[in-house]
Amino acid sequence: MTDSTRFLIVGNAEPFEHAAIPRLGFDDFRRAMIEGAAGGLRVGALFASPEGARELGIYGVLLDDLTAAVRVARSVVPVGPFASLTPECPQAHLFEREIAEQFGVEPLGHPWLKPVRFHAAYSGRSQPWVGGPAVIGVTDFYRVEGEEVHEVAVGPVHAGIIEPGHFRFQCHGEEVFHLEISLGYQHRGIERRLAGGPDRRTIHYMETLAGDTTIGHTTAYCQAVEAMAGVHAPVRAQVIRGIALELERLANHVGDLGALAGDVGFLPTAAYCGRIRGDYLNMSAAICGNRFGRDLVRPGGVLFDVEPAAVEGLLARLDEAERDTASAVNLLWDSSSVMGRFEDTGRITRETANEIGLVGPAARASGINRDVRNDFPAGIFQYSHVPISTWSTGDVFGRAYVRWLEVQLSIRFIREQLRALPEGPVLAPCGGLPPGRCVVSLVEGWRGEICHVAMTGPDGRFSRYKVVDPSFHNWFGLALALRGQQISDFPLCNKSFNLSYSGHDL
Amino acid sequence: MIDTIVQVVLLLVMPPLLLGVIVKTKAAFAGRVGAPLLQSYYDIIKLFRKGSVLSGTTTWVFLAGPAVTAVAVVLAGLVVPMGGQPAPIRFAGDLILFAYLLALGRFFTTLAALDTGSSFEGMGAAREVTFACLAEPAMFFGLLALARLTGGLSLSGLFGGQVLEAWTSAAPTMVLVLGGFFIVLLVENSRIPFDDPNTHLELTMIHEVMVLDHGGPALGTVLYGAAVKLFVLAAIVVRLAMPAWTDDPLLRWPVFAGSMLLVAVLIGVIESIMARLRLPLVPNLLMGACVLTAFGFVLVLGATS
Repeated sequence: MTDSTRFLIVGNAEPFEHAAIPRLGFDDFRRAMIEGAAGGLRVGALFASPEGARELGIYGVLLDDLTAAVRVARSVVPVGPFASLTPECPQAHLFEREIAEQFGVEPLGHPWLKPVRFHAAYSGRSQPWVGGPAVIGVTDFYRVEGEEVHEVAVGPVHAGIIEPGHFRFQCHGEEVFHLEISLGYQHRGIERRLAGGPDRRTIHYMETLAGDTTIGHTTAYCQAVEAMAGVHAPVRAQVIRGIALELERLANHVGDLGALAGDVGFLPTAAYCGRIRGDYLNMSAAICGNRFGRDLVRPGGVLFDVEPAAVEGLLARLDEAERDTASAVNLLWDSSSVMGRFEDTGRITRETANEIGLVGPAARASGINRDVRNDFPAGIFQYSHVPISTWSTGDVFGRAYVRWLEVQLSIRFIREQLRALPEGPVLAPCGGLPPGRCVVSLVEGWRGEICHVAMTGPDGRFSRYKVVDPSFHNWFGLALALRGQQISDFPLCNKSFNLSYSGHDL
Repeated sequence: MIDTIVQVVLLLVMPPLLLGVIVKTKAAFAGRVGAPLLQSYYDIIKLFRKGSVLSGTTTWVFLAGPAVTAVAVVLAGLVVPMGGQPAPIRFAGDLILFAYLLALGRFFTTLAALDTGSSFEGMGAAREVTFACLAEPAMFFGLLALARLTGGLSLSGLFGGQVLEAWTSAAPTMVLVLGGFFIVLLVENSRIPFDDPNTHLELTMIHEVMVLDHGGPALGTVLYGAAVKLFVLAAIVVRLAMPAWTDDPLLRWPVFAGSMLLVAVLIGVIESIMARLRLPLVPNLLMGACVLTAFGFVLVLGATS
């Protein structure tokens, strides 16, 4: 069987008919996914959608970074156990747990079958773990036994003002043997509420899927809706979206660099970056009146134009922020005491990163060329390329340095775009959605690849809307990064990934 | 008599000010205004006016910890000569008392931490005693070197008028001992690069994590005790670093207080320009301190035999 008969091959944000997805027998589907992943493709999404009362449609989205191809496969199985992909395709591990939790079906042979978000199954079926829908945070945690082995439990209530999550360390003295991360405290049931949309709430769900990735998720959503409706957002709107996306990246990357400095007790960078992050947020506010870009991106374009008079002001602020950022961040690389903490801490090899499907700066720090802006360009990124920033060490330093490289390129991108803003409107009317249409929409948010898969039913409403936040791929990377590390380095490693709890929990 | 009163008053009242100076220095480096100089006093007063919640698993040890620690460091402060004057309490061999008063305080802090049964506090206690094991020899070698130089076993003699003489006759030893003592000052008071007193990350803490469960007056006592400990060790560093001392009774206490503030500024500068060490490297630096003071001791042995 050739790939073209197993998969429907489309591009990023390219609409297709639901009927065009080849329907495979489950064994073929399973083999196609496993062979694809083994051949270097990435699992972008793997999810289920109910087909009537007795059957479950399983959808797999494989991403080919080299050819910008999105491969979609589908299989329909009776509601009940199915053979797990995970033993042969580790990338599927969390996706299969999610399917098991949402629909109460068991992936047979899954080596790590535990709740993801601790909610009851959508259909009310009992879930494959003992005791039904668990009390949040109560599960069968992995334990290491032995002399001098001890367990440290952190969270869900933390000493800092951060989101809730539970971390279980199995330690031998100060060394971490194993870290298990148990989330779900931020579960709001957004994915379930998106079905039946789009409605007036939908866009606001998108803006708050992960509050610090407002532009990323709303852009992915609007890209999807526009593609399905056959609407083209005006070029000027696409440029403004690109600028907003990069401003979001700048604010978060600079904030992260400051927080990394803070975690090792390096005062100057921590103090300055905290302020400079605000400068970038204020630039977003100058465009749309909100520091996090709420109410900017809408289906059909953007709600706020950048006036010609405002361009000069933004450019001047950008220059100043660039100077400040450079002087604050370069202090990090020049301080041997900081480098002593960053280097060789929390290392993820390139092989591991590929195997578990890391995305974003965490993947690029391990030497992987993976960036949606380059690999699956959409919007303004089709015409204006941002080079991929990579590093090879895969440690905290790598993840910090990749952020710094990206900061510099984002500033250059914004400056170019502001100087050459195309004329024209910023909003095109975007009507209803046709029935039976699907799309896969990818955006490189600041944390990495955001993947939205939308499908409409016969009524032109979403029959399924799947959101994959980059954190969903990367939390497992953090757990692996801690193996064999000092437990006192956990906060530093955690910050170097800086993953979203709400984006994971949805 | 007046000097004794002045020393006791300074010892009891001034320590939180040093913390305020450190915070102000760091704020200046960060381009901030910073908390008021007297913030540590406000904090301690606030804490003493609060109630506290005690875990059901703790015993009397939990509350005895902060109290014994605070009393022990204040007593230690009474053995140390300040302002160029002999200490209020002095006898031959009081340097042993001094070292073990500090150790007693630490013993009770760690005991109170273990009393909570929390895995964090246990971790912090393990780290604290590990590092203390290495800081203690550094201090003892330094004291031994000074005892050899000055020919006495009382701190009032060690840090008395003969310090100047020691600098002229054995300057290399004094430099090594001063360096070693400064490192001991930083580690004993959980300052950067050993520990970060400002961090909220419980997994990285050494000292702070041991007092996580204390609140209200108990926490106030812990903070006060920590400030006094900083003051006492800084007084030793000041005395070693400033061998020539004015005899003018009006000037010597202002000079003493001023130089204590300078030490606080120095600590603030160090905390502003350097990151904390990775935890497994802390013992290496402490071994370094040991080697410094031990070598200083060896130099003295060679010179006098």
